[in-house]
Amino acid sequence: MAKEIVTMHARNMREITGKQRIGKVLYTAGVYLFLLVMAAIVLFPFYWMIISSLKSLDEYRMSTPTFWPKVVMLSNYADAFTTASLGRLFLNTMYVGVVSTILSLVITIITAFAFARLEFKGKETMFAALLATMMIPGELFTITNYSTVTELGWINTYTVLIVPFLVSVFYIYLLRQNFLQIPNELYLAAKVDGTSDFKYLWKVMVPLALPTLISITILKMMGAWNSYIWPRLVANDDAHRMITNGLRNAFTETSGDVNYPVQMAAVALVSAPLFLVFIFLRKYIMSGVSRSGIKG
Amino acid sequence: MVESKQQWKAWLYLSPAIVLLLVFTVWPIINTVRMAFLENYSGLKAAGGMVFEFGIGNFEKVIGYRRFVNCLKNTVLLCIWTVPVSTILALLIAVALNSIKPLQKVLQTIFFLPYVTNSIAIGMVFAAMFNIVGSFYGTENEIIVTAGIINNVIQFFGGEPINWINYGSTYTANMFVMVVYIVWNALPFKILVLLGGLQSINKQYYDAAKVDSTPRRRIFTKITVPLLSPMLAYVVITGFIGGFKEYTSIVGIFGEKMGPPDDAGRLNTMVGFIYDALSTNSQGRASAAALILFGIILVVTMINMQVSKKRVHY
Repeated sequence: MAKEIVTMHARNMREITGKQRIGKVLYTAGVYLFLLVMAAIVLFPFYWMIISSLKSLDEYRMSTPTFWPKVVMLSNYADAFTTASLGRLFLNTMYVGVVSTILSLVITIITAFAFARLEFKGKETMFAALLATMMIPGELFTITNYSTVTELGWINTYTVLIVPFLVSVFYIYLLRQNFLQIPNELYLAAKVDGTSDFKYLWKVMVPLALPTLISITILKMMGAWNSYIWPRLVANDDAHRMITNGLRNAFTETSGDVNYPVQMAAVALVSAPLFLVFIFLRKYIMSGVSRSGIKG
Repeated sequence: MVESKQQWKAWLYLSPAIVLLLVFTVWPIINTVRMAFLENYSGLKAAGGMVFEFGIGNFEKVIGYRRFVNCLKNTVLLCIWTVPVSTILALLIAVALNSIKPLQKVLQTIFFLPYVTNSIAIGMVFAAMFNIVGSFYGTENEIIVTAGIINNVIQFFGGEPINWINYGSTYTANMFVMVVYIVWNALPFKILVLLGGLQSINKQYYDAAKVDSTPRRRIFTKITVPLLSPMLAYVVITGFIGGFKEYTSIVGIFGEKMGPPDDAGRLNTMVGFIYDALSTNSQGRASAAALILFGIILVVTMINMQVSKKRVHY
């Protein structure tokens, strides 16, 4: 009788695990289905951008959409490049991006170093005040900054696109946290050896904080690439216009009967550098972003 | 001696940042408050030597504008739709991603892709997807050339094409397009943060639940969500802050008209109102609106923090 109970119990167990296994397979299949559908939705605009940019206008305007261009019209890209004069816009944006990134990195590094390693009166209070400014929406600064740069005669220059945003409290905060993790013993050892603060900063701290610095560089460059409001306000002339503005100015019509294939080609050209950066430097972008919550 | 030398050196290191912050951060804060409380302050008139009286007229005028109330309504509506929708979707995607092994990295990369985009550029793609080519004026003899891919999909499932963003489109349709675009744009950051949170939850909780053969739904509501609550609070708070500053995504889809062709400014937001006031040289009113925006963000953030203090499980 005892034996019978044991076998019954074993059978029950088998039934349960069998049922559980089916449930688990179904559940996993459901999870994958959900993820793949969501991924398709997320990717669809990119797909639509690319195939639309390769269609002829007649094909784009067909009442039944095609999901692959019948004739690949690479000429749309040439048209887009000239219509929006993207060449000039690319150069302007690259120049502003590179110069502001370099200057911003230097300022961020020395400021973060002072807050992390040097002793001075009111350090904690000042750092707290600095962090508090992060809560204020940028629009509040823009109103006065617009008058300030006008008075300085900076309207329609590269300076106006670079200088007002050189100090980023968030980047200083990020780098200071990173610097604080570097053991103090290294600093004291360097002091004993008679290394100057400045040399220690560049030879020891900067190399150790390199991943954070790369994240900052990428985010800053992406910021220049995507900035729209401030450049439109202060530097909207042909010589200094930035890429996002140029794109919006070249294609003012968003609805109605516009030449979408060319417009989509321009959009694809503007998006391409961002995707390239993303493909090669994904790790740094993701680690920088997860700590920030800011876009660009 | 060494002490004072260090002091001096620290200030030297800080000086570039301090100078820039004084000019472009501290002075604007003071000046914005000043301009907001000077009646009808205008930069142009001030340069002409005009003196302004102290008062709260700017605030009264701004709140009295129908345009401002409309901007406020749009902003609040966008927030209360996009934040919950994107947070719930991101949570589901993050939990699903965390539970799989094959394809996890690939899918994670795909879901992050919308983050590295230009909101104006991709807004134009969304506009193309929703746009109707042809004469679509809401009249009887309209000729639709292409209804747009979204309408094609609706028609495929037997529905009628909807006028989303064209001449004569409804406010609800416009807002729907905006919510879809903003949610699409907001997902990557939220998924990234929530997935990071999920991966740092101690596996022991789940092992214990497995031993007790706890149902999946219960694991989700009793283990995952409570342990993830700090991250959830974080994405909700940053979501609201971002939502109240919404502007460029609307420019991306509707252009600088901020609305369909027959109703410019219909979808304008708080930030758009501030820039409009600035471009007409009404710095007083722009400042008042900016301070109101700051006040709203502050209050909403504090409410969020209070709620999360009670609910968040640290």
